[in-house]
Amino acid sequence: MKKLTFQGGVHPVYHKEITQDLSITPLPIPKQVTMILHQNIGAPPEPLVAVGDHVKRGQKIADTKAFVSAPLHASISGKVIALENRLSPIGKEVPALIIESDGKDTPYEGLKPYPDLGDMDAAAIRKAMREGGLVGMGGAMFPSHVKVAVPEGKSIETVIINGSECEGYLTCDHRLMLEWTDDVIYGIRALLKAAGAQRAYIGVEANKPDAIEKLREKLALLDSGEEIEVKTLAIKYPQGAEKQLLKTLTGREVPSGGLPIDVGCLVQNVGTVATLARYLRTGMPLVERVVTVSGSAVKNPGNFLVRIGTSFSYLLEHCGIMGEPKKLISGGPLMGVAQITAEVPVLKGTSGILLFDASDVPAGNARPCVRCGKCVDVCPVYLLPLYLMDYTLKGMLNRAKEYHILDCIECGSCSYICPSRRPLVQTIRLGKADVLARQRKNNNG
Amino acid sequence: MKKLTNLVVTSSPHLRSGADVEKMMWHVNLALLPAVLLGVYYFGLRALAIILLAITAAVATEGIIQKVTGGDVFISDGSAVVTGLLLGLNLPVNVPLWLPVVGSVFAIAVVKEAFGGLGNNFMNPALAARAVLLAAWPVHMTAYALPFIDGITHATPLAVLDGTAQGTLPGYLDLFIGNVGGVIGETSALALLAGGLYLLIKDVIDWQIPLGFLGSVFLLTYIFGGEGLFNGDPLYHLLAGGLMLGAFYMATDYVTSPVTRRGRLIMGIGAGTITVLIRLWGGYPEGVTFGILLMNIVTPLIDRYTIPRVYGTEGKKGLRR
Repeated sequence: MKKLTFQGGVHPVYHKEITQDLSITPLPIPKQVTMILHQNIGAPPEPLVAVGDHVKRGQKIADTKAFVSAPLHASISGKVIALENRLSPIGKEVPALIIESDGKDTPYEGLKPYPDLGDMDAAAIRKAMREGGLVGMGGAMFPSHVKVAVPEGKSIETVIINGSECEGYLTCDHRLMLEWTDDVIYGIRALLKAAGAQRAYIGVEANKPDAIEKLREKLALLDSGEEIEVKTLAIKYPQGAEKQLLKTLTGREVPSGGLPIDVGCLVQNVGTVATLARYLRTGMPLVERVVTVSGSAVKNPGNFLVRIGTSFSYLLEHCGIMGEPKKLISGGPLMGVAQITAEVPVLKGTSGILLFDASDVPAGNARPCVRCGKCVDVCPVYLLPLYLMDYTLKGMLNRAKEYHILDCIECGSCSYICPSRRPLVQTIRLGKADVLARQRKNNNG
Repeated sequence: MKKLTNLVVTSSPHLRSGADVEKMMWHVNLALLPAVLLGVYYFGLRALAIILLAITAAVATEGIIQKVTGGDVFISDGSAVVTGLLLGLNLPVNVPLWLPVVGSVFAIAVVKEAFGGLGNNFMNPALAARAVLLAAWPVHMTAYALPFIDGITHATPLAVLDGTAQGTLPGYLDLFIGNVGGVIGETSALALLAGGLYLLIKDVIDWQIPLGFLGSVFLLTYIFGGEGLFNGDPLYHLLAGGLMLGAFYMATDYVTSPVTRRGRLIMGIGAGTITVLIRLWGGYPEGVTFGILLMNIVTPLIDRYTIPRVYGTEGKKGLRR
C-alpha cells in the first residue's frame, strides 16, 4: 500500500524498539502529586479548594469561567498541603496545588458515566469535553472543547486523528492504539458527533503495523455509520505536526496564520480521543495519561499509566537509572524540553520522559554556515532557515518577517540536519519572539 | 534515587544528524582522486608536485591567517584542501612551480579570508585565483601539455575547435579518457564523471547544477555550435575543456551557489549559457571559469528571487519587497 507523506522532513534515529512492545503498566500511586494549575493553552483555572481540604480522585480542584481554558481534577485522593509556585517542565515557576495521598485513592462520588453516544447531542459532548478537563495530549495542551466549537460560517468536514507519533523513543500513542483500540474508536465517534462531521482519518506511521491492523480490524466491525479510515504514513519527522499531517491526508494547506478549521478540518491527538472515551464511559476525568520513559540512561524503560502531577523523579526511580545521566527531556528528542531537575511533575501533555547519557548528547561547536542548503531541503513549511537565522542575528526583523519567520513550526529539522551544527531553530525561536514583540509594540503605540 | 545533577539544558532539538561539513569536504577530495591519478598518469610526477604545492600553500595560508586574526583554527575542515586541489587541477603541468603557490595564497588570503573566511566568500576561491593567474601570466597559463610528452606545449581541443590554435582534433574516446591536451585535472571526462556520480550518491551535491550546466551547454552548442543552426557537435563540447570539472566540482561549491534547488538549476543553466557564449563567440577558447564566476556573483540575487512558496501562503503574492 502507498504510504502517504509530505515534502521536507528528516529521518532521525527512532529507537522505538526500546519500548514499543512493552504494555502500558499502571505506575504505583505516588505519595504526593504536584498539580500545576495551568495545564492548558488559554486562561489559567483558579483553585476551587483550599490548603487543608481533603480531595478525592477526579474531583475538580480548579476551574474558570473563561471559554479557552480547561478545569483541573485531583489525580489522587488526599489532603491539599500547599498552594505555591512550583517548577513546571515547561520551564517556569507557576502556581500548583500539592496533594498528599491518603493512600486510599478514593474516587469522587459525583462522577457518573455519560449515556451512550446515541443519547447525547453535540452540545452535550462538547460540554463533557470541557468538564473532563480534556486538552491536546500530544503536547500542545489546547483545550479540546474549543476545537469543536465551530465558529459561525465554518464547518468541520474531516476529523484527523494524529496517531503518527513521529518523534523518536515515544511509544505511548502506539501502545494505547493497540491496547485501548475500542476507546480510540469510541472517542473518534464522540469527536465526530461533537464536531458535526462524518469522516475521520487516523494517520499512523508505518512503523506501527500492529496498531494499524488492530484499528482496521475493529473498524471493520463498526456498524454505527461513521466513515473512519486508517491511513498509513511514511516514517518521517515531523509527520505528526498538525499542518504536515493535514496536508498529507487531505492535500489542503492550513493558511498562514490560520487554523485547521479554515480548511474544514479538526486535528486531534489519538491519546486525547482515547481519554475522552474513557471519561465518557466511566465519568473519571483526565487524571492520568500514558507516559513513555526511555533513553540510554534508563535501566527499565517502559510505557506507564501515570497520574497527572507525578514527579519525573518518582518515575525515574521506578524505572532505575544507569550510567551517567546527562540530559533529561520532557517530550520527544526533537521538540521536547530539556529539564534542569527531575523534580517537575507530569502534565496532561507529557508524552515522554527521556534520560540520556553523554553518548546521546550532541557535542561540538557551531561552525560557519556554508550555505549547503540542507536546511532549506528539509524545512516542512518551505522556509529558508539559514536566512531566518542570519536576519535574526543581525536584527533585521522586517526581513525575517518578510521571509515568513512566523510560519516556522519549530520542528527543529533544520538544526538536526545542519552539517555545521548551527543552532538554526533555536535562533529562529528568538527571532519569532522579537518579531512578535515588535508587532505588539507597534499595535499598542 | 541519586539526585540528577549537572544536567545539560539546551533548547531543542536534542539530536543531530551525523551530517558534517568536514566529511562533505573530504568526500569532495576523495571524488577528485581519480582525476588526480589520471592527471599524474598522463602528465607525470610534475603534475603531482603542482597539486601538492597548491594544497600545501592553501592550507598553510588558511592556518596562518586564522592564527593571526585570532579566530578558531579549523583548517582540518578540508575546505582549504579542496581549494588547493581544485586550483592545482586547473593548472597546466608546465607552469613554473611558484605559480600554484601564488594562486593558492591569492585564493585563500584574498578571495576567501579577506571576505570573512569559510562561508563568506562570494566567488569560488580556486576559480577566482585561476582567473587572476590567467590574466597575470597568460603565457604560462595557456601552455598546455600533451599527455606523456614532456615540455612541449600544445593547443587544447577547444582552442583548435575555436580556431585560435592550429592542430588536429582528438577523437571522442581520447577526450573521454583524457588522452588530450589541457590542464592537469580537466582532461578525462570519465574520471570526473565517476567522482561526480560519487558526490551525487553521497548526497554531497544535488543534480540541479551539473545537469543545468551540462544540459544547457549540450543544447546551445548543438543549436549554435556548427555551420547554420542545429548542426553543432554538442558531445565534443561536453567532453572537452573544463566543463566536467566545473559542472561537478566548482559550480557546486555550496558557499557560492544558491540555496534552493530551483536557484541551483538557474545557476547551472546560467553558467552553461555563459560558457557557450564565450566558447563560441568570445575571445577565450574556454568559458567555464568565467561562466561560473559570473553566476557566483549573481547568486545572492538568485536566492532573493527564488524564495520558495511558504506552506499556507499564496506564494509570490505573499512576499512583498
